[in-house]
Amino acid sequence: MTTPHRLELRDVRIQLSGKTLVSLDTPIAPGEVLTVMGPSGSGKSTLLAYLAGFLAPEFQASGRVLLDGRDITALPAERRGIGLLFQDPLLFPHLSVAGNLRFGMPRAGADKAARVDQALAHIGLAGFGERDPATLSGGQKARVALMRLLLSAPCAVLLDEPFSKLDTHLRQAMRRLVFDRLREAGLPSLLVTHDREDAEAAGGRVIELSS
Amino acid sequence: MMLRLAPMLIVTLLVAPILAGLAMALLPAFGYLPALGGEAFSLAPWRALAAQPGIGRSVAISLAGGLVATAISLSVVLLYLAAASGSRLDRWIRRLVSPLLSIPHAAAAFGLAFLIAPSGLLARLASPSMTGWERPPDLLIVQDPWGLSLIAGLVIKEVPFLLLMSLAALPQLDAERRVAMARSLGYRPAIAWLKVVAPALYPLIRLPVFAVVAYASSVVDVAMILGPTLPPTLAVSILTWFSDPDLDQRFLASAGAILQLGVTATALLAWWGLERLMASLMKAWIARGGRRRGETSLHLTGKLWILLATGVAFAGLGGLAITSVAGFWRFPEALPRSVTPDHWAQALPALGGPLASTALIALGATLLAAVLVLAALENEQRTGRTASKALWLLYLPLIVPQIAFLFGLVVVMEQLGTRPTHGLIIFGHLLFVLPYVFLSLSEAYRRIDPRWTRLALTLGASRNAVFWRVRLPMLLAPLLTACAVGLAVSIGQYLPTQLLGAGRVTTVTTEAVSLAAGGNRRVIGVWALVQACLPLVGFVIAIGLPKLLWSNRRGMQGAP
Repeated sequence: MTTPHRLELRDVRIQLSGKTLVSLDTPIAPGEVLTVMGPSGSGKSTLLAYLAGFLAPEFQASGRVLLDGRDITALPAERRGIGLLFQDPLLFPHLSVAGNLRFGMPRAGADKAARVDQALAHIGLAGFGERDPATLSGGQKARVALMRLLLSAPCAVLLDEPFSKLDTHLRQAMRRLVFDRLREAGLPSLLVTHDREDAEAAGGRVIELSS
Repeated sequence: MMLRLAPMLIVTLLVAPILAGLAMALLPAFGYLPALGGEAFSLAPWRALAAQPGIGRSVAISLAGGLVATAISLSVVLLYLAAASGSRLDRWIRRLVSPLLSIPHAAAAFGLAFLIAPSGLLARLASPSMTGWERPPDLLIVQDPWGLSLIAGLVIKEVPFLLLMSLAALPQLDAERRVAMARSLGYRPAIAWLKVVAPALYPLIRLPVFAVVAYASSVVDVAMILGPTLPPTLAVSILTWFSDPDLDQRFLASAGAILQLGVTATALLAWWGLERLMASLMKAWIARGGRRRGETSLHLTGKLWILLATGVAFAGLGGLAITSVAGFWRFPEALPRSVTPDHWAQALPALGGPLASTALIALGATLLAAVLVLAALENEQRTGRTASKALWLLYLPLIVPQIAFLFGLVVVMEQLGTRPTHGLIIFGHLLFVLPYVFLSLSEAYRRIDPRWTRLALTLGASRNAVFWRVRLPMLLAPLLTACAVGLAVSIGQYLPTQLLGAGRVTTVTTEAVSLAAGGNRRVIGVWALVQACLPLVGFVIAIGLPKLLWSNRRGMQGAP
């Protein structure tokens, strides 16, 4: 979790029927959170889809994405090593809390159970392992979702407006938790949002997209 | 790799047997079948067909019966939806639709027969107080020459089918908002529904309606139980000719099969004409702008007819149950004087074999169908392409009359030297099970939130892991329901079992239908009741198992 990673977007340009939606050329340093802002329809989610490997076929994309110097542009989503945090916590409803945390853990890792317990204790949810995720509060779900992402040991993280559905007081705490953890893990991250406070809390560079 | 082949495999599995079967009915229909000495093309089979006594009447009954049964079923469903949407009756009926649909046609037909026969429950309840009958009247009610009881038997089974199809299509239409809009313009609710929802609903249930027309005009098992006998419907006549020990009758049967194809095509064409007519009448009715007239009578008929249809189906089952345990039961008495387990005790030893065959065939066909359907739907998810254009092919086995192609398929199998085995029957059932499994699972599969897949992939799960660890468990409930539907369809099949099994493989259904001719009511009661209850086992599991597995997962409750 502590090896620093580096994400580079080289001449990335995404077009829809000839019209350029997004054009980006920037590195993202280890532990840095780059914020991309823009109104809806400006291509924010398209950029995320492209980086995660889900770009719909009607879009044309050029440029390259490098992760730790390795070109991942052509890799399928599951082999990119890029984690994704959504607006909703999206805890798998058929798995327990611990099952959700285990879902993304690399197969090779030993003493999974111990690491899951430790992770739960870390986010103040010790003993919650066997609980049904549907019984957790909104804030608890969000923390489990974050921990599930971190346990899957990604090399870079994409954040898709992850705080927009939280209550105001929860939002502050979650922002701090998320950004501290990402920085601590040395993960290059890209945050997409339309909330200026998110960008300020992220404390990194901000890129504005126009519609 | 295998996934990509699944859609092609399904289409081949559905289309090839039908085409081969039709071809092998067409050739003998014109006298060509070397195996039976038909070396040259001739019109002799057609001349023989035309010379059959009562052939004209057979055709007329098949044609008219199919159209009338469909028209009544569709009217009952539409009037019910117009009158009862959102009422308490509505919730109650919706809960009953699936069990009603799962009752095999033959069992429902027997139930109806036991109800309306001269010595049936209805006559007993009304006698002697209202009718004065001291003995069963000498009336031909069941198997009446006009096919009225046949039509009634078809209606009680097709109403739940069309209702379920409509209920599945309605959410796309935002019916509540449409009705609310019309009501704000002064329309009474039922009239509003018929004027603003029905015209949009019909195109969505058109293929199922066509399937009903085709089925009702060519049905065999229900017609053997409830249909006229002198002459029987065309489909029943064809089966008689085909089963004749004199193999020359096969040419006649082939010509009959092609005629049946023509009759069903004519019925569909006539239905299409009726559609045009209704469309222009509806247009005029809507344009006239009437808002209130007829609301009360619409309300009453809408509720009354659906109650009658479901009531008759359940009363019929009750009748089967009573008859199967009846001891001495003199005519006008409403209930038997004594109850006896004798008929069950007698039937039990004979039940084992057919029961095992039924289960083996149903499970085999359903399992195969489920695997193919899952593969096709999973392929759709991965490639992002929906094969909507191929959808009408799914309806092909439901629209081409069974008797027209199955029977040519048997000739193909005989030519290939294939022996009648359970495997062959499973393959035959697959033709009819697959479409239903696909239709009941596809909606849920396509509706699943794509973010689950993306999330699982970004957590490092492979495509296959996403299927096994995310999609399959999340879709367990709809998958089990689709399987229960598949089992019910297979259990209810009469003709494919009878023809492809060459009469040597007996299932509960073939046994029950063959008892119809014998007329021992007590024994029929036992077999028909067993047949009716078998599919329910599937539905109980489909509803119970997810409840049990997900008892500690609130997010998985309430899924369909």
